[in-house]
Amino acid sequence: MPTPSEHKWNTDLRVGAFLAKRDIRRANIWTTGLIVFVMMLTFLNLVVVSGILVGLIQGSIEADKTYSSGDILISPFLNKVSIEQTPQVVAIAQTIPSFQKLAVRYTGSARVESNYRTTIKQGDLRDGAGASLLGIDPKNEDTFSHISKFVIDGSWLGPTDTDSVVIGKNLLYKYTPIEAPGFQTLKDVSIGSRVKITVGDISREYYVKGIISSKVDTFDGSIVMVDSEARKLIGRTDLNANQIAIILDPGADPIVAKEALLASGIGQYARVQTHDEALPKFLKDIQKTFALLGNAISAIGLVVASITIFIVIFVNAITRRRYIGILKGIGISRRAITIAYVLQSIFYALTGAVIGMIIVFFVLKPYFVAHPINFPFSDGILVATIVGTFGRALILVIATIGAGYIPARIVVRQNTLDAILGR
Amino acid sequence: MIETKHLFKIFTSGDSELKAVNDVTLSIPEGQFVAITGKSGSGKSTLLYQLGLLDIPTSGEIYIDGKEVVSMSLNERTALRLHSLGYIFQDYAILPSLTALENVMVPLLMQGYSEREATEKAKKALARVGLVDRMDNLPSALSGGQQQRVSIARAIGHDPKIIFADEPTANLDTDTSRSVLDTFLELHKTGQTIVMVTHEHEYALLTDRIISLADGKIVSDELNQR
Repeated sequence: MPTPSEHKWNTDLRVGAFLAKRDIRRANIWTTGLIVFVMMLTFLNLVVVSGILVGLIQGSIEADKTYSSGDILISPFLNKVSIEQTPQVVAIAQTIPSFQKLAVRYTGSARVESNYRTTIKQGDLRDGAGASLLGIDPKNEDTFSHISKFVIDGSWLGPTDTDSVVIGKNLLYKYTPIEAPGFQTLKDVSIGSRVKITVGDISREYYVKGIISSKVDTFDGSIVMVDSEARKLIGRTDLNANQIAIILDPGADPIVAKEALLASGIGQYARVQTHDEALPKFLKDIQKTFALLGNAISAIGLVVASITIFIVIFVNAITRRRYIGILKGIGISRRAITIAYVLQSIFYALTGAVIGMIIVFFVLKPYFVAHPINFPFSDGILVATIVGTFGRALILVIATIGAGYIPARIVVRQNTLDAILGR
Repeated sequence: MIETKHLFKIFTSGDSELKAVNDVTLSIPEGQFVAITGKSGSGKSTLLYQLGLLDIPTSGEIYIDGKEVVSMSLNERTALRLHSLGYIFQDYAILPSLTALENVMVPLLMQGYSEREATEKAKKALARVGLVDRMDNLPSALSGGQQQRVSIARAIGHDPKIIFADEPTANLDTDTSRSVLDTFLELHKTGQTIVMVTHEHEYALLTDRIISLADGKIVSDELNQR
């Protein structure tokens, strides 16, 4: 006499797979296509929504790394004005393994005014703005960050442009039309205008040579000038800089490079940080918040997908109640029948996920790299790592296993004879 | 082989009660071809479902090969149906998304045969009912008679101890019905136990024994003199 133990898992799985394979193969192609399409959209929702939300911040972080901070950022100790022994630090930095290039920058706080020659009424504000001052070697900076491609009006500085500056778009009302008390932008400045820049007690006049829009705050909120002029304005009589950004060879480990720099003694002159370490905390917080938001939206998508699969399998099972009854009648175990439906769910989810992955990696990611989302503070990209994307595919499959199992189980548990006789 | 003792199947609806099987006690020995007959509503199909473990009686006992089966769990009953019983339904009850061959293969795979073994056994069963040339057809491409023969092949494919047939010729024309009956007779010659419900007396006369029901009770139980 056969016993239930004879219905072994592997037999149930084999029969379930046999039935599922044929059900899928002989199902209406349009119905199958529609279910797979829904699964694919769900998968894209899982990956793309959070990927873009994170990508908006990631785009900003990547831009900061590429055009400003580099892989390693050397900056003054918190209680120091500048990086001590800057020429020596630069010389050492150039010797570390995987070094590619660096940029030396001088920074300070300045006020820029445009209508300083016009008499204004008492109580009126001059056309001016608070700004960061950024002194750079124009040629070297452009080699480092290719920043000149972001000049949207006028042109980039040359080594001899000591009487000129490039102004970041965040300082100009034309590009940043924000009217708020305490936040001033220059309203009457264009290429060729003269502006007065004041740092402490020192003021100098410069021509506006270019306007820059890079979505990198280092440039967009700054008055950029030749480093020798910046040093004069901020009263720096030595060559000690405020920032040394280093770019390493592609694939190089910044932590290894940082350790090499510290081992060579730079640690006694300045702070050495990898790009990740130097990232402002608020940016990390935004990144986490956006990831959380994306996951919340994805979770809703996952629930919708699960309900979709539940309905599909439930309708399929209910309309084939007699089919299930016959299977049970001829001795097919409930587990084998349930497995057949669960395998169908997995097929729908996996096919949708695979098509989704192809779209993500071969269509969407390249598309967003070529056409980033034009966000005010960043060029948004799609962040979708292979591990993360596979993880989300796994989540989708697990959710659909549950969504396929429950309705199949409900229908399979119904009375066999009632199912066969359709009553 | 099959034995029942005081078997009842009672359907209730509100205060009313219908005894579809009413105190049936019978015994069917191995190798017998039995016809259960009676008018429509006499309870013959209901009795067959109880004997074939497709339904659970209200009370009474059923023994198959000496083992009491009413108290078995659902899984035990499913396993017993798989290994020892074969079914042929009035409307064939073959699986529409499977070919003729695959329909016959499914219970064999469930019994643990490999796909190759199941294919071989299923082909043999289809050959016995003369349908091997249509084995790759889906049910929708088969006539009613051919579908019923697939159903028979599925029922005999795993060499069951007992075959239960519920009005197997009800939806078939005379020639096809006769052909199906001939198949049953061939099976019977090999020692197969068959329990067939039919309301057609001429087919019942071809069996070893005719059990007649009325209002769920056995009103006659006679051996045929063939």
